[in-house]
Amino acid sequence: MTDSMAADQGVQASSKAGPALADERAEQSSAGAVLTSPRLPLLLAQYAVFPVALIAGWQACAQIGLVRRSVLPAPTDVALVWFDLITGATDAAARYSGTWLDHAAASIWRVFAGFGWGVALGIFAGLLIGLSRIMERVLDPTIQVLRNIPVTAWVPLSLVFFGIGNAPAVFLIGLGAFFPAAVNTTHGVRQINVTLTKAARMMGADERELLFRVILPGALPSVMTGVRLSMGIAWVLVVVAEILAVRSGLGYLLNDAYLFYRNDVVIAAMLSIGILGFISDRIVVLVRDYLLEWNRLETFSGQN
Amino acid sequence: MARISLSHLGKTFASRHGNVTALADINLEIADQEFITIVGASGCGKSTLLNLLAGFDTPTSGQLTVDGAPVNGPGPDRGVVFQQTALFPWLSVEENIAFGLKLRANRRKGSSEKIVERLLARTGLAAFRSRRPAELSGGMRQRAAIASVLAINPSTLLMDEPFGALDALTRSIMQDFLLEVWEEERKTVLLVTHDIDVAIYLADRTVVMTAHPGRVREIIAVHLPRPRRYEMRSEERFIALRDHVTGIVREEAIKGAIEIAA
Repeated sequence: MTDSMAADQGVQASSKAGPALADERAEQSSAGAVLTSPRLPLLLAQYAVFPVALIAGWQACAQIGLVRRSVLPAPTDVALVWFDLITGATDAAARYSGTWLDHAAASIWRVFAGFGWGVALGIFAGLLIGLSRIMERVLDPTIQVLRNIPVTAWVPLSLVFFGIGNAPAVFLIGLGAFFPAAVNTTHGVRQINVTLTKAARMMGADERELLFRVILPGALPSVMTGVRLSMGIAWVLVVVAEILAVRSGLGYLLNDAYLFYRNDVVIAAMLSIGILGFISDRIVVLVRDYLLEWNRLETFSGQN
Repeated sequence: MARISLSHLGKTFASRHGNVTALADINLEIADQEFITIVGASGCGKSTLLNLLAGFDTPTSGQLTVDGAPVNGPGPDRGVVFQQTALFPWLSVEENIAFGLKLRANRRKGSSEKIVERLLARTGLAAFRSRRPAELSGGMRQRAAIASVLAINPSTLLMDEPFGALDALTRSIMQDFLLEVWEEERKTVLLVTHDIDVAIYLADRTVVMTAHPGRVREIIAVHLPRPRRYEMRSEERFIALRDHVTGIVREEAIKGAIEIAA
Protein backbone atom coordinates (compact mmCIF):
# COMPACT_ATOMS: atom_id res chain seq x y z
CA MET A 1 0.00 0.00 0.00
CA THR A 2 2.87 2.34 0.72
CA ASP A 3 4.10 1.57 -2.77
CA SER A 4 0.95 2.80 -4.43
CA MET A 5 0.78 5.84 -2.15
CA ALA A 6 4.30 6.83 -3.03
CA ALA A 7 3.48 6.24 -6.68
CA ASP A 8 0.43 8.48 -6.48
CA GLN A 9 2.51 11.31 -5.17
CA GLY A 10 5.02 10.64 -7.87
CA VAL A 11 2.53 11.08 -10.65
CA GLN A 12 1.09 14.21 -9.11
CA ALA A 13 4.56 15.65 -8.94
CA SER A 14 5.32 14.62 -12.49
CA SER A 15 2.17 16.23 -13.86
CA LYS A 16 3.46 19.53 -12.51
CA ALA A 17 6.63 19.08 -14.53
CA GLY A 18 4.67 20.27 -17.52
CA PRO A 19 4.57 19.32 -21.17
CA ALA A 20 8.26 20.04 -21.76
CA LEU A 21 9.25 16.69 -20.29
CA ALA A 22 6.08 14.83 -21.05
CA ASP A 23 5.76 12.41 -23.89
CA GLU A 24 3.08 12.95 -26.50
CA ARG A 25 0.30 11.20 -24.66
CA ALA A 26 0.75 13.08 -21.43
CA GLU A 27 0.97 16.31 -23.37
CA GLN A 28 -2.23 15.66 -25.19
CA SER A 29 -4.19 14.80 -22.10
CA SER A 30 -3.01 17.75 -20.01
CA ALA A 31 -3.44 20.24 -22.85
CA GLY A 32 -6.81 18.71 -23.67
CA ALA A 33 -8.01 19.11 -20.08
CA VAL A 34 -7.09 22.80 -20.05
CA LEU A 35 -8.72 23.56 -23.39
CA THR A 36 -11.93 21.61 -23.04
CA SER A 37 -12.90 21.89 -19.36
CA PRO A 38 -15.73 24.45 -19.21
CA ARG A 39 -15.63 27.36 -16.77
CA LEU A 40 -17.33 26.92 -13.41
CA PRO A 41 -20.74 28.60 -14.06
CA LEU A 42 -21.18 26.61 -17.25
CA LEU A 43 -20.14 23.49 -15.39
CA LEU A 44 -22.73 24.04 -12.67
CA ALA A 45 -25.38 24.79 -15.27
CA GLN A 46 -24.62 21.48 -16.99
CA TYR A 47 -25.09 19.65 -13.70
CA ALA A 48 -28.27 21.54 -12.75
CA VAL A 49 -30.23 21.67 -15.98
CA PHE A 50 -31.80 18.21 -15.91
CA PRO A 51 -32.75 17.90 -12.20
CA VAL A 52 -34.14 21.45 -12.16
CA ALA A 53 -36.27 20.76 -15.24
CA LEU A 54 -37.49 17.51 -13.72
CA ILE A 55 -38.54 19.12 -10.44
CA ALA A 56 -40.12 22.09 -12.22
CA GLY A 57 -42.17 19.77 -14.42
CA TRP A 58 -43.25 17.78 -11.40
CA GLN A 59 -44.22 20.96 -9.50
CA ALA A 60 -46.22 22.16 -12.53
CA CYS A 61 -48.11 18.86 -12.77
CA ALA A 62 -49.09 19.16 -9.09
CA GLN A 63 -49.96 22.90 -9.33
CA ILE A 64 -52.34 22.62 -12.30
CA GLY A 65 -54.01 19.63 -10.71
CA LEU A 66 -53.04 17.10 -13.36
CA VAL A 67 -52.72 14.54 -10.57
CA ARG A 68 -54.35 14.79 -7.12
CA ARG A 69 -51.82 16.11 -4.63
CA SER A 70 -52.52 13.30 -2.15
CA VAL A 71 -51.53 10.86 -4.89
CA LEU A 72 -48.59 12.86 -6.23
CA PRO A 73 -47.58 15.55 -3.75
CA ALA A 74 -45.72 18.57 -5.10
CA PRO A 75 -41.96 18.86 -4.57
CA THR A 76 -42.65 21.69 -2.11
CA ASP A 77 -44.95 19.39 -0.07
CA VAL A 78 -42.28 16.72 -0.03
CA ALA A 79 -39.64 19.24 1.01
CA LEU A 80 -41.72 20.43 3.97
CA VAL A 81 -42.46 16.88 5.14
CA TRP A 82 -38.84 15.90 4.66
CA PHE A 83 -37.70 18.85 6.77
CA ASP A 84 -40.03 17.79 9.57
CA LEU A 85 -39.00 14.14 9.22
CA ILE A 86 -35.43 15.16 9.92
CA THR A 87 -35.92 17.94 12.49
CA GLY A 88 -39.32 17.22 14.09
CA ALA A 89 -39.89 21.00 14.07
CA THR A 90 -43.22 21.45 12.26
CA ASP A 91 -45.13 18.20 12.71
CA ALA A 92 -45.83 18.17 8.96
CA ALA A 93 -44.92 14.47 8.96
CA ALA A 94 -47.25 13.79 11.91
CA ARG A 95 -46.48 10.36 13.43
CA TYR A 96 -43.17 10.21 11.53
CA SER A 97 -42.00 13.61 12.74
CA GLY A 98 -38.32 13.64 13.71
CA THR A 99 -37.75 9.92 13.06
CA TRP A 100 -35.56 10.26 9.97
CA LEU A 101 -32.18 10.06 11.64
CA ASP A 102 -33.00 6.80 13.46
CA HIS A 103 -34.35 5.20 10.30
CA ALA A 104 -31.44 6.41 8.18
CA ALA A 105 -28.90 5.22 10.75
CA ALA A 106 -30.57 1.79 10.90
CA SER A 107 -30.47 1.47 7.10
CA ILE A 108 -26.89 2.69 6.81
CA TRP A 109 -25.74 0.27 9.50
CA ARG A 110 -27.44 -2.69 7.76
CA VAL A 111 -26.08 -1.72 4.36
CA PHE A 112 -22.50 -1.50 5.57
CA ALA A 113 -22.70 -4.60 7.77
CA GLY A 114 -24.12 -6.70 4.92
CA PHE A 115 -21.88 -5.09 2.32
CA GLY A 116 -18.86 -5.69 4.57
CA TRP A 117 -19.24 -9.42 4.99
CA GLY A 118 -20.58 -10.01 1.49
CA VAL A 119 -17.73 -8.17 -0.22
CA ALA A 120 -15.03 -9.62 2.03
CA LEU A 121 -16.21 -13.17 1.43
CA GLY A 122 -16.83 -12.44 -2.26
CA ILE A 123 -13.30 -11.17 -2.84
CA PHE A 124 -11.87 -14.14 -0.96
CA ALA A 125 -13.92 -16.64 -2.98
CA GLY A 126 -13.12 -14.80 -6.19
CA LEU A 127 -9.40 -15.00 -5.46
CA LEU A 128 -9.60 -18.73 -4.72
CA ILE A 129 -11.50 -19.41 -7.94
CA GLY A 130 -9.31 -17.11 -10.00
CA LEU A 131 -6.05 -18.54 -8.70
CA SER A 132 -6.85 -22.24 -8.72
CA ARG A 133 -8.50 -24.38 -11.36
CA ILE A 134 -9.28 -26.91 -8.61
CA MET A 135 -11.10 -24.32 -6.53
CA GLU A 136 -12.90 -23.23 -9.69
CA ARG A 137 -14.24 -26.76 -10.14
CA VAL A 138 -15.12 -27.01 -6.45
CA LEU A 139 -16.80 -23.63 -5.94
CA ASP A 140 -17.71 -22.01 -9.21
CA PRO A 141 -20.64 -24.15 -10.42
CA THR A 142 -22.42 -23.74 -7.07
CA ILE A 143 -21.84 -20.00 -7.08
CA GLN A 144 -23.06 -19.70 -10.65
CA VAL A 145 -26.29 -21.53 -9.85
CA LEU A 146 -26.94 -19.64 -6.60
CA ARG A 147 -26.15 -16.36 -8.34
CA ASN A 148 -29.13 -16.87 -10.61
CA ILE A 149 -31.58 -17.10 -7.72
CA PRO A 150 -32.86 -13.57 -7.11
CA VAL A 151 -31.88 -12.57 -3.60
CA THR A 152 -35.51 -11.69 -2.93
CA ALA A 153 -36.29 -15.39 -3.33
CA TRP A 154 -34.19 -15.96 -0.20
CA VAL A 155 -36.53 -13.82 1.92
CA PRO A 156 -38.87 -16.61 3.14
CA LEU A 157 -36.03 -18.93 4.18
CA SER A 158 -34.03 -16.15 5.80
CA LEU A 159 -37.11 -15.15 7.87
CA VAL A 160 -37.59 -18.76 8.92
CA PHE A 161 -33.95 -19.09 9.93
CA PHE A 162 -33.24 -15.67 11.41
CA GLY A 163 -36.66 -14.41 12.50
CA ILE A 164 -37.59 -10.73 12.37
CA GLY A 165 -34.75 -8.28 12.97
CA ASN A 166 -31.35 -7.19 11.77
CA ALA A 167 -30.02 -10.69 11.13
CA PRO A 168 -32.11 -11.53 8.04
CA ALA A 169 -31.53 -8.03 6.64
CA VAL A 170 -27.76 -8.24 7.01
CA PHE A 171 -27.84 -11.78 5.64
CA LEU A 172 -29.79 -10.79 2.52
CA ILE A 173 -27.69 -7.70 1.84
CA GLY A 174 -24.46 -9.66 2.27
CA LEU A 175 -25.71 -12.40 -0.02
CA GLY A 176 -26.51 -9.83 -2.70
CA ALA A 177 -23.15 -8.10 -2.27
CA PHE A 178 -21.25 -11.41 -2.40
CA PHE A 179 -21.88 -12.35 -6.03
CA PRO A 180 -20.69 -9.23 -7.90
CA ALA A 181 -17.58 -9.10 -5.70
CA ALA A 182 -16.81 -12.81 -6.28
CA VAL A 183 -17.46 -12.85 -10.03
CA ASN A 184 -15.52 -9.65 -10.74
CA THR A 185 -12.58 -10.67 -8.55
CA THR A 186 -12.32 -13.97 -10.44
CA HIS A 187 -12.39 -12.05 -13.70
CA GLY A 188 -9.80 -9.59 -12.40
CA VAL A 189 -7.37 -12.36 -11.49
CA ARG A 190 -7.88 -14.15 -14.80
CA GLN A 191 -7.27 -11.11 -16.98
CA ILE A 192 -3.87 -10.27 -15.48
CA ASN A 193 -1.25 -10.11 -18.21
CA VAL A 194 0.70 -13.38 -18.13
CA THR A 195 3.90 -11.52 -19.04
CA LEU A 196 3.70 -9.77 -15.65
CA THR A 197 3.39 -12.99 -13.68
CA LYS A 198 6.18 -14.54 -15.74
CA ALA A 199 8.39 -11.50 -15.13
CA ALA A 200 7.75 -11.63 -11.38
CA ARG A 201 8.56 -15.35 -11.22
CA MET A 202 11.68 -14.79 -13.31
CA MET A 203 12.85 -12.16 -10.83
CA GLY A 204 12.42 -14.68 -8.03
CA ALA A 205 8.99 -13.84 -6.57
CA ASP A 206 7.59 -16.60 -4.35
CA GLU A 207 3.87 -17.43 -4.25
CA ARG A 208 3.11 -14.87 -1.56
CA GLU A 209 4.98 -12.09 -3.30
CA LEU A 210 3.26 -13.00 -6.55
CA LEU A 211 -0.12 -12.69 -4.83
CA PHE A 212 0.49 -9.42 -3.01
CA ARG A 213 2.70 -7.61 -5.51
CA VAL A 214 1.22 -8.76 -8.83
CA ILE A 215 -2.13 -10.55 -8.58
CA LEU A 216 -3.89 -8.28 -6.08
CA PRO A 217 -2.88 -4.94 -7.61
CA GLY A 218 -3.48 -6.32 -11.10
CA ALA A 219 -6.96 -7.57 -10.21
CA LEU A 220 -7.91 -4.43 -8.33
CA PRO A 221 -9.64 -2.52 -11.17
CA SER A 222 -12.00 -5.41 -11.69
CA VAL A 223 -12.41 -6.02 -7.94
CA MET A 224 -13.46 -2.39 -7.47
CA THR A 225 -16.02 -2.71 -10.26
CA GLY A 226 -17.50 -5.62 -8.31
CA VAL A 227 -17.40 -3.70 -5.05
CA ARG A 228 -19.28 -0.83 -6.66
CA LEU A 229 -21.98 -3.14 -8.00
CA SER A 230 -22.21 -4.75 -4.56
CA MET A 231 -22.81 -1.37 -2.95
CA GLY A 232 -25.63 -0.66 -5.40
CA ILE A 233 -27.27 -4.01 -4.69
CA ALA A 234 -26.91 -3.47 -0.93
CA TRP A 235 -29.15 -0.40 -1.10
CA VAL A 236 -31.74 -2.27 -3.16
CA LEU A 237 -31.82 -5.13 -0.70
CA VAL A 238 -31.91 -3.03 2.45
CA VAL A 239 -35.28 -1.68 1.29
CA VAL A 240 -36.57 -5.16 0.47
CA ALA A 241 -35.38 -6.46 3.83
CA GLU A 242 -36.83 -3.54 5.78
CA ILE A 243 -40.22 -3.86 4.11
CA LEU A 244 -40.39 -7.54 4.98
CA ALA A 245 -38.19 -8.32 7.93
CA VAL A 246 -37.57 -5.35 10.25
CA ARG A 247 -39.51 -2.57 11.93
CA SER A 248 -37.01 0.24 11.39
CA GLY A 249 -35.05 1.82 8.58
CA LEU A 250 -35.97 3.90 5.55
CA GLY A 251 -37.51 0.90 3.80
CA TYR A 252 -39.76 0.32 6.81
CA LEU A 253 -40.64 4.05 6.90
CA LEU A 254 -41.50 3.95 3.21
CA ASN A 255 -43.75 0.90 3.55
CA ASP A 256 -45.42 2.14 6.72
CA ALA A 257 -46.17 5.55 5.18
CA TYR A 258 -47.61 3.75 2.14
CA LEU A 259 -50.00 1.81 4.43
CA PHE A 260 -51.07 5.10 6.00
CA TYR A 261 -51.44 6.74 2.58
CA ARG A 262 -48.74 9.34 3.21
CA ASN A 263 -47.25 9.55 -0.27
CA ASP A 264 -45.32 12.69 0.68
CA VAL A 265 -43.44 10.65 3.31
CA VAL A 266 -43.05 7.78 0.82
CA ILE A 267 -41.36 10.11 -1.68
CA ALA A 268 -39.20 11.70 1.02
CA ALA A 269 -38.07 8.20 2.07
CA MET A 270 -37.42 7.22 -1.57
CA LEU A 271 -35.30 10.30 -2.17
CA SER A 272 -33.45 9.71 1.11
CA ILE A 273 -32.54 6.21 -0.06
CA GLY A 274 -31.47 7.59 -3.42
CA ILE A 275 -29.24 10.20 -1.86
CA LEU A 276 -27.66 7.86 0.70
CA GLY A 277 -27.09 5.28 -2.02
CA PHE A 278 -25.50 7.96 -4.17
CA ILE A 279 -23.19 9.06 -1.33
CA SER A 280 -22.20 5.42 -0.68
CA ASP A 281 -21.39 5.00 -4.35
CA ARG A 282 -19.30 8.18 -4.33
CA ILE A 283 -17.33 6.86 -1.36
CA VAL A 284 -16.59 3.64 -3.26
CA VAL A 285 -15.62 5.65 -6.35
CA LEU A 286 -13.32 7.90 -4.30
CA VAL A 287 -11.58 4.89 -2.77
CA ARG A 288 -11.33 3.31 -6.21
CA ASP A 289 -9.88 6.42 -7.85
CA TYR A 290 -7.39 6.77 -5.01
CA LEU A 291 -6.22 3.16 -5.31
CA LEU A 292 -6.37 3.05 -9.10
CA GLU A 293 -4.92 6.38 -10.09
CA TRP A 294 -2.60 4.50 -12.44
CA ASN A 295 -5.44 2.78 -14.23
CA ARG A 296 -6.86 6.02 -15.64
CA LEU A 297 -3.68 6.51 -17.64
CA GLU A 298 -4.36 3.43 -19.70
CA THR A 299 -8.10 3.59 -20.22
CA PHE A 300 -10.60 5.72 -22.07
CA SER A 301 -11.94 8.23 -19.59
CA GLY A 302 -14.38 10.14 -21.76
CA GLN A 303 -14.33 13.29 -23.88
CA ASN A 304 -15.33 16.78 -22.75
CA MET B 1 33.96 -24.14 -20.23
CA ALA B 2 30.50 -23.46 -21.47
CA ARG B 3 28.18 -21.47 -19.23
CA ILE B 4 25.08 -22.68 -20.98
CA SER B 5 24.96 -26.06 -22.58
CA LEU B 6 22.20 -27.51 -24.74
CA SER B 7 22.60 -31.07 -25.85
CA HIS B 8 20.13 -33.00 -28.01
CA LEU B 9 17.46 -30.68 -26.66
CA GLY B 10 13.94 -31.32 -27.93
CA LYS B 11 10.47 -30.05 -27.21
CA THR B 12 7.23 -31.62 -28.35
CA PHE B 13 3.83 -30.11 -27.64
CA ALA B 14 0.69 -32.19 -27.49
CA SER B 15 -2.08 -30.52 -29.45
CA ARG B 16 -5.53 -31.45 -30.68
CA HIS B 17 -4.03 -32.34 -34.05
CA GLY B 18 -1.47 -34.69 -32.54
CA ASN B 19 2.03 -33.99 -31.35
CA VAL B 20 3.91 -31.03 -32.71
CA THR B 21 7.69 -31.07 -32.50
CA ALA B 22 8.79 -27.49 -31.97
CA LEU B 23 12.46 -28.22 -31.34
CA ALA B 24 14.56 -31.23 -32.26
CA ASP B 25 18.14 -32.13 -31.44
CA ILE B 26 19.41 -28.67 -30.52
CA ASN B 27 23.11 -28.65 -29.66
CA LEU B 28 24.73 -25.44 -28.54
CA GLU B 29 27.46 -24.40 -26.14
CA ILE B 30 27.42 -20.80 -25.01
CA ALA B 31 30.52 -19.31 -23.39
CA ASP B 32 30.48 -16.88 -20.50
CA GLN B 33 29.79 -13.27 -21.63
CA GLU B 34 29.07 -14.39 -25.14
CA PHE B 35 26.44 -12.54 -27.19
CA ILE B 36 24.39 -15.09 -29.09
CA THR B 37 21.53 -14.24 -31.40
CA ILE B 38 19.02 -16.74 -32.69
CA VAL B 39 17.42 -15.98 -36.02
CA GLY B 40 14.93 -17.86 -38.10
CA ALA B 41 11.60 -17.67 -39.87
CA SER B 42 8.49 -17.53 -37.72
CA GLY B 43 7.55 -20.92 -36.33
CA CYS B 44 11.13 -22.16 -36.08
CA GLY B 45 10.81 -22.59 -32.33
CA LYS B 46 13.17 -19.80 -31.33
CA SER B 47 10.79 -18.46 -28.69
CA THR B 48 10.24 -22.00 -27.42
CA LEU B 49 13.99 -22.35 -27.01
CA LEU B 50 14.12 -19.14 -24.98
CA ASN B 51 11.23 -20.31 -22.80
CA LEU B 52 13.13 -23.52 -22.02
CA LEU B 53 16.23 -21.55 -21.03
CA ALA B 54 14.15 -19.18 -18.91
CA GLY B 55 12.57 -22.18 -17.19
CA PHE B 56 8.99 -21.28 -18.14
CA ASP B 57 8.76 -24.58 -19.94
CA THR B 58 10.51 -27.95 -19.66
CA PRO B 59 12.23 -29.87 -22.46
CA THR B 60 10.78 -33.21 -23.52
CA SER B 61 14.19 -34.61 -24.44
CA GLY B 62 17.88 -33.83 -24.09
CA GLN B 63 19.88 -31.84 -21.58
CA LEU B 64 19.87 -28.18 -20.70
CA THR B 65 22.32 -26.89 -18.10
CA VAL B 66 23.28 -23.41 -16.91
CA ASP B 67 26.53 -23.22 -14.93
CA GLY B 68 26.56 -27.00 -14.86
CA ALA B 69 23.16 -27.35 -13.20
CA PRO B 70 19.97 -28.38 -15.00
CA VAL B 71 17.40 -25.60 -15.40
CA ASN B 72 14.64 -26.07 -12.87
CA GLY B 73 12.11 -23.27 -13.30
CA PRO B 74 12.62 -19.54 -13.74
CA GLY B 75 15.10 -17.71 -11.54
CA PRO B 76 16.89 -14.41 -11.06
CA ASP B 77 20.15 -15.78 -12.53
CA ARG B 78 18.46 -15.66 -15.94
CA GLY B 79 16.85 -12.29 -16.61
CA VAL B 80 14.21 -12.27 -19.33
CA VAL B 81 13.36 -9.22 -21.43
CA PHE B 82 10.00 -9.83 -23.05
CA GLN B 83 8.75 -8.48 -26.36
CA GLN B 84 5.67 -7.17 -24.60
CA THR B 85 7.38 -4.96 -22.00
CA ALA B 86 6.91 -6.47 -18.57
CA LEU B 87 6.38 -3.32 -16.51
CA PHE B 88 3.83 -3.16 -13.72
CA PRO B 89 1.37 -0.43 -14.76
CA TRP B 90 0.62 0.54 -11.15
CA LEU B 91 4.28 1.21 -10.32
CA SER B 92 6.40 4.17 -11.36
CA VAL B 93 9.54 3.67 -13.45
CA GLU B 94 11.64 3.82 -10.29
CA GLU B 95 9.46 1.31 -8.44
CA ASN B 96 9.45 -0.99 -11.45
CA ILE B 97 13.25 -1.02 -11.50
CA ALA B 98 13.29 -1.69 -7.75
CA PHE B 99 10.63 -4.43 -8.02
CA GLY B 100 13.02 -7.37 -8.20
CA LEU B 101 15.30 -6.01 -5.49
CA LYS B 102 12.42 -5.88 -3.02
CA LEU B 103 11.73 -9.59 -3.42
CA ARG B 104 13.08 -11.87 -0.71
CA ALA B 105 15.14 -13.77 -3.27
CA ASN B 106 17.26 -10.68 -4.06
CA ARG B 107 17.50 -8.94 -0.69
CA ARG B 108 21.23 -9.51 -0.48
CA LYS B 109 22.12 -7.87 -3.76
CA GLY B 110 23.01 -4.57 -2.17
CA SER B 111 21.42 -1.22 -1.58
CA SER B 112 18.33 -0.99 -3.74
CA GLU B 113 18.50 2.85 -3.86
CA LYS B 114 22.05 2.87 -5.24
CA ILE B 115 21.29 0.27 -7.88
CA VAL B 116 18.10 2.03 -8.97
CA GLU B 117 19.89 5.39 -9.17
CA ARG B 118 22.64 3.94 -11.30
CA LEU B 119 20.20 2.26 -13.68
CA LEU B 120 17.97 5.34 -13.94
CA ALA B 121 21.04 7.33 -14.96
CA ARG B 122 22.30 4.58 -17.27
CA THR B 123 18.97 4.32 -19.13
CA GLY B 124 18.41 8.08 -19.26
CA LEU B 125 15.20 7.75 -17.29
CA ALA B 126 16.16 9.77 -14.22
CA ALA B 127 13.85 12.63 -15.21
CA PHE B 128 11.02 10.16 -15.72
CA ARG B 129 11.49 8.19 -12.51
CA SER B 130 8.03 9.04 -11.18
CA ARG B 131 6.18 8.32 -14.40
CA ARG B 132 3.94 5.34 -14.85
CA PRO B 133 4.71 3.05 -17.82
CA ALA B 134 1.63 4.35 -19.66
CA GLU B 135 3.19 7.82 -19.65
CA LEU B 136 6.34 6.66 -21.45
CA SER B 137 7.15 6.18 -25.11
CA GLY B 138 7.78 2.66 -26.42
CA GLY B 139 11.57 3.05 -26.36
CA MET B 140 11.53 4.41 -22.81
CA ARG B 141 9.31 1.57 -21.69
CA GLN B 142 11.70 -1.01 -23.09
CA ARG B 143 14.69 0.73 -21.48
CA ALA B 144 12.83 0.69 -18.16
CA ALA B 145 12.08 -3.01 -18.63
CA ILE B 146 15.75 -3.73 -19.36
CA ALA B 147 16.76 -1.70 -16.28
CA SER B 148 14.34 -3.67 -14.10
CA VAL B 149 15.98 -6.90 -15.26
CA LEU B 150 19.54 -5.56 -14.88
CA ALA B 151 18.66 -4.50 -11.32
CA ILE B 152 18.65 -8.10 -10.12
CA ASN B 153 22.03 -8.55 -11.82
CA PRO B 154 21.41 -11.80 -13.71
CA SER B 155 24.45 -13.47 -15.22
CA THR B 156 22.42 -14.29 -18.32
CA LEU B 157 20.05 -12.08 -20.29
CA LEU B 158 17.41 -13.82 -22.37
CA MET B 159 15.68 -11.50 -24.83
CA ASP B 160 12.69 -12.43 -26.94
CA GLU B 161 12.27 -9.97 -29.83
CA PRO B 162 12.92 -7.18 -27.32
CA PHE B 163 12.64 -4.41 -29.88
CA GLY B 164 10.00 -5.99 -32.07
CA ALA B 165 7.28 -3.55 -31.04
CA LEU B 166 9.40 -0.43 -31.67
CA ASP B 167 9.69 1.75 -34.77
CA ALA B 168 12.80 1.32 -36.94
CA LEU B 169 14.68 4.37 -35.66
CA THR B 170 14.06 3.63 -31.97
CA ARG B 171 14.95 0.00 -32.63
CA SER B 172 18.37 0.84 -34.02
CA ILE B 173 19.08 3.25 -31.14
CA MET B 174 18.02 0.57 -28.65
CA GLN B 175 20.42 -1.92 -30.23
CA ASP B 176 23.34 0.40 -29.63
CA PHE B 177 22.08 1.00 -26.11
CA LEU B 178 21.96 -2.75 -25.53
CA LEU B 179 25.51 -3.18 -26.86
CA GLU B 180 26.81 -0.41 -24.60
CA VAL B 181 25.15 -2.03 -21.59
CA TRP B 182 26.55 -5.40 -22.58
CA GLU B 183 30.08 -3.99 -22.94
CA GLU B 184 29.80 -2.55 -19.43
CA GLU B 185 27.99 -5.31 -17.58
CA ARG B 186 29.49 -8.24 -19.49
CA LYS B 187 26.60 -10.63 -19.36
CA THR B 188 25.90 -13.71 -21.38
CA VAL B 189 23.17 -12.68 -23.79
CA LEU B 190 20.83 -14.82 -25.83
CA LEU B 191 18.65 -12.74 -28.10
CA VAL B 192 15.92 -14.09 -30.33
CA THR B 193 14.91 -12.12 -33.41
CA HIS B 194 13.48 -12.53 -36.88
CA ASP B 195 15.48 -9.51 -38.03
CA ILE B 196 18.66 -10.71 -39.78
CA ASP B 197 20.39 -7.31 -39.60
CA VAL B 198 19.86 -7.19 -35.86
CA ALA B 199 21.01 -10.76 -35.43
CA ILE B 200 24.35 -10.09 -37.15
CA TYR B 201 24.95 -6.60 -35.82
CA LEU B 202 24.72 -7.63 -32.17
CA ALA B 203 26.17 -11.13 -32.14
CA ASP B 204 29.41 -12.90 -31.45
CA ARG B 205 27.67 -15.88 -33.01
CA THR B 206 24.38 -16.10 -34.83
CA VAL B 207 22.41 -19.32 -34.68
CA VAL B 208 20.29 -19.79 -37.78
CA MET B 209 17.35 -22.08 -37.19
CA THR B 210 15.17 -24.09 -39.53
CA ALA B 211 11.48 -24.63 -39.05
CA HIS B 212 9.17 -27.68 -38.57
CA PRO B 213 10.77 -28.93 -36.44
CA GLY B 214 13.13 -26.24 -35.18
CA ARG B 215 16.73 -27.33 -35.67
CA VAL B 216 20.04 -25.54 -35.71
CA ARG B 217 20.86 -25.13 -39.40
CA GLU B 218 24.09 -23.21 -39.03
CA ILE B 219 26.08 -21.35 -36.41
CA ILE B 220 27.84 -18.34 -37.86
CA ALA B 221 30.69 -16.59 -36.08
CA VAL B 222 30.46 -12.83 -36.63
CA HIS B 223 34.02 -11.55 -36.80
CA LEU B 224 33.21 -7.88 -36.82
CA PRO B 225 35.27 -5.74 -34.46
CA ARG B 226 33.86 -4.49 -31.15
CA PRO B 227 32.55 -2.06 -30.22
CA ARG B 228 30.15 -2.23 -33.11
CA ARG B 229 29.18 0.97 -34.87
CA TYR B 230 26.11 1.69 -36.91
CA GLU B 231 28.15 2.33 -40.08
CA MET B 232 29.40 -1.26 -40.07
CA ARG B 233 26.05 -2.27 -41.50
CA SER B 234 27.05 -0.88 -44.88
CA GLU B 235 30.47 -2.55 -44.88
CA GLU B 236 31.14 -5.43 -47.23
CA ARG B 237 31.79 -7.99 -44.49
CA PHE B 238 28.43 -7.21 -42.93
CA ILE B 239 26.59 -7.37 -46.23
CA ALA B 240 28.20 -10.69 -47.11
CA LEU B 241 27.12 -12.17 -43.78
CA ARG B 242 23.62 -10.78 -44.20
CA ASP B 243 23.26 -12.19 -47.71
CA HIS B 244 24.46 -15.56 -46.49
CA VAL B 245 21.98 -15.68 -43.56
CA THR B 246 19.14 -14.27 -45.65
CA GLY B 247 19.74 -17.01 -48.19
CA ILE B 248 19.40 -19.73 -45.57
CA VAL B 249 16.38 -18.22 -43.85
CA ARG B 250 14.57 -17.68 -47.15
CA GLU B 251 15.36 -21.18 -48.36
CA GLU B 252 14.03 -22.63 -45.12
CA ALA B 253 10.94 -20.43 -45.12
CA ILE B 254 10.09 -21.45 -48.69
CA LYS B 255 10.74 -25.10 -47.90
CA GLY B 256 8.43 -24.76 -44.91
CA ALA B 257 5.71 -23.16 -47.00
CA ILE B 258 5.90 -25.97 -49.58
CA GLU B 259 5.77 -28.62 -46.86
CA ILE B 260 2.66 -27.02 -45.40
CA ALA B 261 1.05 -26.78 -48.83
CA ALA B 262 1.86 -30.42 -49.64
